[in-house]
Amino acid sequence: MRAHPAEYELVAPRTLPAVLTLLAQEPGSWLPIAGGTDVMVQYSAGKLPARKLVSIWNLPELRRIEIFPDEIQIGAGCTFADLRKDKTVNQEFQLVSAAAGWTGGIANQNRGTLGGNIVNASPAADSLPALLVYDAELLLVSARGERRLPYASFHIGYRKTRLAPDELVRAICLKRRFSEYYAQARKVGARKAQAISKVCLAALGRVTNGVVEDMRLAVGSVAPVPLRLAETERVVKGKRIDAALVQLAKKTVAGEVRPIDDIRSTARYRAAVAGNLVAEFLGKLAAGGLNA
Amino acid sequence: MSKSLPERATCELSLTVNGKRMTLHAHAMERLLDVLRHALGLTGTKEGCGEGECGSCSILMDGMLVNSCLIPALQADGADITTIEGLASDCHLAVLQQTFLECGASQCGICTPGMILAAVHLLRKNPQPTLEEIREGLSGNLCRCTGYMQIVEAVAEAGRRGVAT
Repeated sequence: MRAHPAEYELVAPRTLPAVLTLLAQEPGSWLPIAGGTDVMVQYSAGKLPARKLVSIWNLPELRRIEIFPDEIQIGAGCTFADLRKDKTVNQEFQLVSAAAGWTGGIANQNRGTLGGNIVNASPAADSLPALLVYDAELLLVSARGERRLPYASFHIGYRKTRLAPDELVRAICLKRRFSEYYAQARKVGARKAQAISKVCLAALGRVTNGVVEDMRLAVGSVAPVPLRLAETERVVKGKRIDAALVQLAKKTVAGEVRPIDDIRSTARYRAAVAGNLVAEFLGKLAAGGLNA
Repeated sequence: MSKSLPERATCELSLTVNGKRMTLHAHAMERLLDVLRHALGLTGTKEGCGEGECGSCSILMDGMLVNSCLIPALQADGADITTIEGLASDCHLAVLQQTFLECGASQCGICTPGMILAAVHLLRKNPQPTLEEIREGLSGNLCRCTGYMQIVEAVAEAGRRGVAT
């Protein structure tokens, strides 16, 4: 049943402190809404439990990308279009800009935000595996102050995070130490735009003389949360890439993923594709994949 | 403005729609799509899926392509909005409207306003797009009639005529 707008309250404070004050006064009763690409879908379907919403769309404090010598801080309110346009993100964090480019279509990229993707905490969100392999950290802010948390420990279960009821994600911090890695992002879905991934991979690797020096892999849509393939990374590190290693990697991936059957795909297909994507990445690394 | 509804749920909005400044009252969570269609009578903006998947309700808000079904009215306060009704001037169609006609890019017509707004957004950023860039620019807009070839051709033709709408 469709929602009736008169039953909902929406306010739009002009500053971040004003939003935080509101959240502190009644923790848990105000739902933040940024670009609305998730919240409005639930609302229109009459499935939004919240009745009071606070707009955080376009708050200047959340809509900037700050560049420091050792890291960049992406405001949580930056849209996927903002990420695609940013020079530093494009040059040093290609896995983020690639994922931004296949999230929704252009209209959704103009409204959907990275912070929204994070708090929505879908296992299928295309940007989240990238955050895992870059060791992203989140700055969480409330009227009580600010804390910093690795993204990997923030997203704790299917649509579950450690965000407190009075908190917002303020920024996503990415260390600037991956520009020498070979990077590959892959999405397997019904189509590139709009369709939600069946499997998506974010991968970083560094090879010296044919030997894997470092390897960082994360996959979406194969577990209740975006999954870092720690065991697969461990078995390939320090090894020369050959056919046997690729087989071992595929087998290890199959043991790490925990996919399900759903409307978009089957568990079996997802496990096979995740292994194949990792194998493909290893092949490219062996072929001398180094970022120019 | 409906008097039977709680006062807290309504707000005053200042908008510029197709070049015309206006003030109106709406519920803060009313979809911008409904404000345009019902309060303003601008029924050129269509509702397809109502969940941001199909692009039929695409409009330009402050120059950005957006799905108006996903915008709560309050977030449009102060915005400059262009709908399909704002493209033609007097009896002259915009270039894209003309090329859509000439290329047979519209059949049932439901997707057409959104397609054209998405194409306007693309051509303003990239006046001479490649076919691949056109497909990407329109990737959030679904058409169930044409098979897309004529639409892509209409946008390419508008690009060749060199007038960013």
